[in-house]
Amino acid sequence: MPAIIDAIAGKRIEDHRPWPRLVVTPDTWRKIANEIAAGRATLLGLWGEAGAFCTVHMAFIEQDSDAIAVVSLECPDQTFPSVGALHPPAIRLERAIHSLYGLRPAGAPDARPWLDLGFWDVKYPLGLRASAADVRPTYAFLPVEGESLHQIPVGPVHAGIIEPGHFRFTASGETVVRLEARLGYVHKGIESLMAGATIERAAQLAARTSGDSTVAYGIAFAHAVEAALQVKAPPRAQYLRALMAELERLANHFGDIGAICNDASFALMHAHCSILREMVLRAAAACFGHRLMMDRVVPGGVATDLRLDGVASLKDALKHFRRRFPRLVELYDNTASLQDRTASTGIVGAELAQQFGASGYVGRASGRDFDARKTPGYAPYHELEFDVPVLTAGDVNARVWVRIREVEQSLALIEQIIERLPSGPIAIALEGGAGEGLGFAESFRGDVLVAARLDGARIVRCHLRDPSWFQWPLLEAAIEGNIVADFPLCNKSFNCSYSGHDL
Amino acid sequence: MRRTLFEGLTHRPMTEAPPRLDDEVLGELASQVDRAARRRLGRSLSIREVDAGSCNGCELEINALNNAFYDLERFGLRFVASPRHADILLVTGPVTKNMREALERTYRATPDPKWVVAVGDCAVDGGIFSGSYAVTGGVSNVVPVDLHIRGCPPAPTEILKGLIALLDAQRADRP
Repeated sequence: MPAIIDAIAGKRIEDHRPWPRLVVTPDTWRKIANEIAAGRATLLGLWGEAGAFCTVHMAFIEQDSDAIAVVSLECPDQTFPSVGALHPPAIRLERAIHSLYGLRPAGAPDARPWLDLGFWDVKYPLGLRASAADVRPTYAFLPVEGESLHQIPVGPVHAGIIEPGHFRFTASGETVVRLEARLGYVHKGIESLMAGATIERAAQLAARTSGDSTVAYGIAFAHAVEAALQVKAPPRAQYLRALMAELERLANHFGDIGAICNDASFALMHAHCSILREMVLRAAAACFGHRLMMDRVVPGGVATDLRLDGVASLKDALKHFRRRFPRLVELYDNTASLQDRTASTGIVGAELAQQFGASGYVGRASGRDFDARKTPGYAPYHELEFDVPVLTAGDVNARVWVRIREVEQSLALIEQIIERLPSGPIAIALEGGAGEGLGFAESFRGDVLVAARLDGARIVRCHLRDPSWFQWPLLEAAIEGNIVADFPLCNKSFNCSYSGHDL
Repeated sequence: MRRTLFEGLTHRPMTEAPPRLDDEVLGELASQVDRAARRRLGRSLSIREVDAGSCNGCELEINALNNAFYDLERFGLRFVASPRHADILLVTGPVTKNMREALERTYRATPDPKWVVAVGDCAVDGGIFSGSYAVTGGVSNVVPVDLHIRGCPPAPTEILKGLIALLDAQRADRP
């Protein structure tokens, strides 16, 4: 029984699907925040919206019943009761709401801006809009006190071929005492571009929120739009989406398993895993005409059917993976010098993973078994057999092992999909309409949440929440007490998205 | 581990053959890069990659240049960790306003002679992100660009082709 949701007194929005959305009072808003803080529900997202009144929305899932709902609070005086004051995982989301909309979380523990680094011409660009200050305000990193501490500023431009962000380390000798990240460097204003966009253009924007998860974003966005318009993609399209999603998961896991080992200076794994990753991308290109399968998932179905010659090359690649990957797993497992770096490094405790609602391998390596393919679940996964591997050690090694197990699951899933692929159309034509939808997809990194409101054939408002929002803060916890030299290793084992987070 | 290492000695490499007559694209590229890079900069050319707001798709494909299939380093091209060691800046993304200053400073930190290659459709003119309050709309709005490589994202072979085109253009410029 969805006990919390049933008890909410609020005005239900009729055309919000598939889960309820309720407009609530500040008191009810606080009550829900308390339920989340007490662990009876998990925060799924917290975002703002401009309109006649600015509004804040909070999505959550109940712990016992897995029931999902969104509550909305209108903010006529541009303020709302802070959720972050009760529940720390909401703090950065609220700081982002303040920086983007100008809505103030009353009682919030941290009033510093987020995403807005002082370089925009406009303040509160999505909401109240005001001219930015002439002088860029200084940003105060959290204070650190103690004997003989030193700070190491890193970024935004990093040494590798990776995304930009700033990390402020405070270290005592070699040991990291505190890490604080400052993100927002790749903020592109995607949500502002979404407003008023056609469904087609909005889908392209969603697909470029985080390039490594382009398929997952495509699926989550399609789910949201299809829910809003009360349509379903045809069965063949659902299977092809799953095929693409599992190929994407394989490619990322292969690449990252190798890259994690490389950050422990074990280049052999990296070299071999990169070969496997390249083979996935080539198979994807052969099957769908694009290595990353960008823009192949569209609301209503998929844009391209599986190419016949692609299936043959995919089957060849699968055979190769089945032969090679176990050897690499053995190599990982039997190399003591590598294990020495990954085991017991960068531990995330189970409580923290649960509190932050960390998804993907970050959550699953610390005992949290959430997987959007199972809960809330979406087609065609209910017709396919797969397990969600969960470990409890919470260290770099556990995150690697979760990925190894997920590779095995994805291989099995791809084989099932090829075998059971239904025939029929690959898309339905979308007729416009009005409505609101919430959509999930499980990216390789965790659950992607998309909330979309449509009017006619255009998007009124679309919010995209990357799993990284609930993983970045855990990286800061994981590195505490580890040596500075282990940061790249920890960071790669998380591989949070900068672009997906910064939007 | 021993088995894997020995196999590496006895099996044929994964690397797609440099100049092989039946391998038109990559084979031709291999000999061209080799010649052009040597003439311009001796034996090597160092590349510093800067993500100026990309969705990270371009980074994935640039990273792929290092895998065994493309093996970028055999051409004398390699990625370096600091702009101070670089001859080429490989810039991706529509250049967000939040990254503009960092890109300018990276450019200034790169010694002359240097070239800037903008990679990806959004690096050309902002692409799908143009019009946003948060982007400047293309790399050439911030630093001078010598070459654009289009694609969303461009495949590794396309990026390689682009680098050669740049080398050829530089060669033609010389008296």
